[in-house]
Parts: sequence; C-alpha cells; structure tokens
Amino acid sequence: MNKLKNLNKFTLTNIQSYGIVLLAFIIIFPLQKAGMLSNQISGLLVPTCTYVVMAISLSLTVGFLGELSLGHAGFMSVGAFSGVVCAACLQNSIASDPLRLLIAIIVGGLFAGVAGLVIGIPVIRLRGDYLAIVTLAFGEIIKNIMNCLYVGFDKNGIHFSMTSAEALGLIDAKPILNGPNGAQAITKISTFTSGIILIVVALFIVLNLVNSKTGRAVTAIRDNRIAAESVGIGVTKYKLTAFIISAVIAGMAGALYAMNFSTIKPTKFDFNTSILILVFVVLGGMKNIPGVMIATIVLYAMPELLRGFANYRMLIYAIILILVMLATNSSGAKQFFEKISSKIKKGENTDVQNGGVSNG
Amino acid sequence: MTFLSNLINGISLGSVYAIIALGYTMVYGIAKMLNFAHGDVIMVGAYISFCATTYLNLPPVVSVVLAMIVCTVLGVLIEGLAYKPLRKATSLAVLITAIGVSYFLQNVALLIWGSNPKTFSSIIRLGSVSLFDNKLIITTESIVTVLACIVIMIALTMFTKKSKMGKAMRAVSEDKDAAELMGINVNVTISVTFAIGSALAAIAGVLLCSAYPVLQPTTGSMPGIKAFTAAVFGGIGSIPGAMLGGILLGIIEIFSKSYISTQLADAIVFAVLIIVLLVKPTGILGKKITEKV
Repeated sequence: MNKLKNLNKFTLTNIQSYGIVLLAFIIIFPLQKAGMLSNQISGLLVPTCTYVVMAISLSLTVGFLGELSLGHAGFMSVGAFSGVVCAACLQNSIASDPLRLLIAIIVGGLFAGVAGLVIGIPVIRLRGDYLAIVTLAFGEIIKNIMNCLYVGFDKNGIHFSMTSAEALGLIDAKPILNGPNGAQAITKISTFTSGIILIVVALFIVLNLVNSKTGRAVTAIRDNRIAAESVGIGVTKYKLTAFIISAVIAGMAGALYAMNFSTIKPTKFDFNTSILILVFVVLGGMKNIPGVMIATIVLYAMPELLRGFANYRMLIYAIILILVMLATNSSGAKQFFEKISSKIKKGENTDVQNGGVSNG
Repeated sequence: MTFLSNLINGISLGSVYAIIALGYTMVYGIAKMLNFAHGDVIMVGAYISFCATTYLNLPPVVSVVLAMIVCTVLGVLIEGLAYKPLRKATSLAVLITAIGVSYFLQNVALLIWGSNPKTFSSIIRLGSVSLFDNKLIITTESIVTVLACIVIMIALTMFTKKSKMGKAMRAVSEDKDAAELMGINVNVTISVTFAIGSALAAIAGVLLCSAYPVLQPTTGSMPGIKAFTAAVFGGIGSIPGAMLGGILLGIIEIFSKSYISTQLADAIVFAVLIIVLLVKPTGILGKKITEKV
C-alpha cells in the first residue's frame, strides 16, 4: 500500500486504468472462448466496450476541458455511419475482417474529427450553458441530416443523395445508408478483442494527452481561463485540440458500435444517448478515468441485469441515479461522510501510533 | 394565404414553446439550473387533463385547473426532494439529478398509463374561424393558445414587477446572498418559482396536446428541448426573451417545414439557434456577462 502511495498520480492512474481493462479481458475472454457466456451477456460485450470508449472520450471534454457537451452521440453517429459505408465499400477488395474493421474505425474517427473541427470552431467561442446548448443543437442537427442521407455503392463508385434511395441510381446494389431506416445488412465484424484494443488505444491517447504539455494547458484553461490566457496559453488552440481528439475517439467508438449490429438507425444516436454517456462520466467522477470506466460498466450492465423487474427497471435506474447524486453531492450527506471519514482516520492514526510503540 | 396560415400556425406553436420556455427561464434565472425535468412536467399535466376529461367526465376548464394543481404540487415536491439538498453542489450534479427526475417521471407515466399513445381530444371544442371565403382557416386552438400566451406574459411581467414575491424573485436572481441579507427567504422564493413554472407547464401541456393530439410518456421531451432552446435563443433568464424566442422558434419551425423540408425542419431550427448565439452569445435579449478576474 505504501509503495502504491509513493508512485506518482500519473503512474497510479495508468496502472488502475490498464489494470481494469486487462482484468476484464482475462476474465471474459476465456469464458467467451469456452462458450460459457449466455447470449445476453455476449451480446453486451461490444456495446459495453464502445460505451467505455465513449465515456473516456467525453471525460476528456467534460472532466479535463471542463465544458459540458450534450451532443456527444452526434460524433458517435458520424463515426458509425462513415465506418459502415467504408466497410461496405471495401467488402470485396479487402477479405480480412480485422483489417477492414481497422480501416473502418480509422475512417470513422477521421470523419468524426472533421465534424469535431467544424463544430468546435463556433462552439469553443461560447461558454458554460450556452456551449452546452449549442452542442445539443449540433447533436440534433447531425441526427436530422443522417436521417435524410442516402448512400449507395456499386461498380460506378459511391453515390450520395439527400432525397431518396431511388435518386442514388444504383445498378445491382442496395443502398448502404437508407435515410431514416439507417444502415441495413451490415456485416458484423466487431469483436470483443477489437473492443478491448480500442479501449486501450483510447486510454493511451487520453492518459498521455492529459499528462503532456497540451494536457496541462487544457487543465489550466479549465481552472481559470483568464489566468491561463495571461501566462500565454492560446485558449482556442488548446480547447479545439482537446475537443477534436475527443470527437475522433467518439467516432472510432461509433464505428465499432455500428459494426456489431446488422442494422442501425440514426435515431439511435439521439439526445438520450448523449445524456446516458454524460451520466456515466459524471457518476464515475468526471476526470477520474478508472472511475469513469467502472461507472460505465456497472451502469450500462445494470438496466440489463434488472431485466427481471421488467417495466420497473428504468424506474429503479432513475431512483438509483437520483439517490446517488443526492448522496454524493448534497451538503447534508457531505457532512455525514466527513464525520465518518474523520472517525476512520482517527482510528487509523491511533493504530499507527500503537504499532509504532510496539515495534519500538 | 398559405403564408398567412403558416404564420398563424407558427405563432400558435411558438406560443406553446413560449409558455414552456417561461418555466425554464424563470427557474434558470433564480436557481441557475437547467431543469431538464420540465418537459416531463408538461407530459404529466397533459395526462392529468386527459384523465379528468375522459374518465371523470369533468368539464375542460376544471380539467385544466386540476392539471395545474397537480403539476404545481409535483414541481414543488421535485424541487424540495431532489434539488434543494443540492443548492450548493456543482451545476453538473444538479443537471444529472434533473435528468434522473426526468427518467423517473417518464417511467412512472409509463407504468400508470402504458406506452400506447393516447389520443388527446382537444379541450377547446368551438370549431374554427374562416376568413377570406374559407381560404384562411384559423382553428380556435390557435386563437386560445395565443391569447393564453399573451395573458400569461402580461400577468407574469406584472407579478415580477409589482408584487412583493416578484420583487423577491428578481432580487434572488440578481444576488442570492445579498437577497438573504435583506430578509428574503430564498428557499420559499425558489419553491414559488418552481410552482409557477410547473403550473405554466400544465397549461402548455394541455395546449400542446390540443394542437398535436398524441399523448405518450415521451411527449414532453422534444417540446421541452425546443422550449429550452427557445429560452436560450431569447436570452435565458429574461421573461420577454423567452416569449420572443418561443414565438420566433415556432415560426421558423413551421416555415421551414412548409417551404424547405419536413425532415430537416428541426436541423434548421437548431442551425438558426447556433447562428444567433454566435452573433449574440447570450441570446437576443440576454444581458451581457462581464467577467471579473
């Protein structure tokens, strides 16, 4: 325990974060290979990985950059559909599934990054609740546009349309994106292993970014923008960098997510999905990455595990959410916990003293 | 003529948004919190009115009053149980709690009334007004909605300007601590704000469902988000701003639906919001925020 305390905070967070991923992989991978997981649980594996990546990505915006984003599902949507289109186009040219998935995830990340840049430039100028409402607006706009987007692929190349599937003029091919019906007949190529790898990549990017010069500049801006500006930190540049990186990671998660289902609709990535991810991040402790990961796993799995309660499950979820927020944030509860922790500390101190005496 | 009838529809829809936005803006102005559960209070109000007219055969006006009473109690209860303990917490913690309350209300409604949409029969059964040889038909719903909106607007402005409680509200929204030192009971003031906001939400719910008669547990969320947008659009915290924002939003929505694209209407509404916020970062009638180092 003392050795752990001597490590610096960065190493400790690293060990904890990667440790959780490794532990999850070691436990679940053999079980999955041995076929010991029920269909319900194995169906949850890739989505859980995706949401963990989403939460890590949002934690960068909300926790480290300190800006409330209510439209994070929008980036997920951009990544998901561009990834699906990319994978469908490469279906015949690249035979290897993992390679195709990799390319699709990268393309998804790139497109989401571009969306992040386009959205980031206006958004970063605003502050506080106004920034939150604009991200919400952008999330809704992305959902609306995806709802009208038709994309097809045939021997003549890729076709786009904003009106109808017929307008694509496809020869011997079905549209990949079909407006409000979304992407249909997706080849499912996402695997649990690829999900775990994506989590590790996201962790690597975010944890190292946070501890770099850029990361420290970003935290400085969050804590006091004016002070940061006065010591020569370019606010727009660093905020935009963090925002785009967050968008890229969300896009990659979206691509992985979409490739786990045979059909996916644009309405899947709506305001409620954004809120869901935000709840994971806030309950996990915002900038506490290991906490965010655990919160995501628990909260994402909980409604599924509560299935036995049928209609009551979301009600129970809501009540737990409110109670947890009240217990962790209200002034009354805080005093209560402080009392308990001070009592425990007192106990520890006397233990140490006693130990010291007996040793001596 | 289509232009005129679109304009009237827009103003009518906008009036509903304005009434909802008033609730958002008052709560934001005083408690500095985004009350995401406000949209679901609208839904509860509509359900209460629906039950009162359908199952209890009460007259429409009584059903509205009943809905207002239930929503007022509900609003005060939510504030007291969920938000009051978090008065000193970060705004994000309050926001997540509000989202929890929103989930809670939606799921309680789901358990009580089921997920099947109910057809809300309009409580205003007076036919419609035809003008210019039936070329322009104005439904009484739109007339009543616009009138209700104007009456509420005037009443609220008078209330905040003249009454003692209204003055207390303005004082609390200006500076909570200073208001407390002047002998204003901040907790009571905030509760009253929630009560007024929720009563308005009940009226908005009934009016909304009279015009768009599909009632289900998620009915309130989209109008809630849009009304919130309207409040920000007009400058959050400002009562005339909420009114202006709501009506403009309604007009933009109806016009883009009929002249540009039905599917892209919401995207256009939100795009206009973004442009307005870029030009005036605190909304049309919002106060300029000065930052102190």
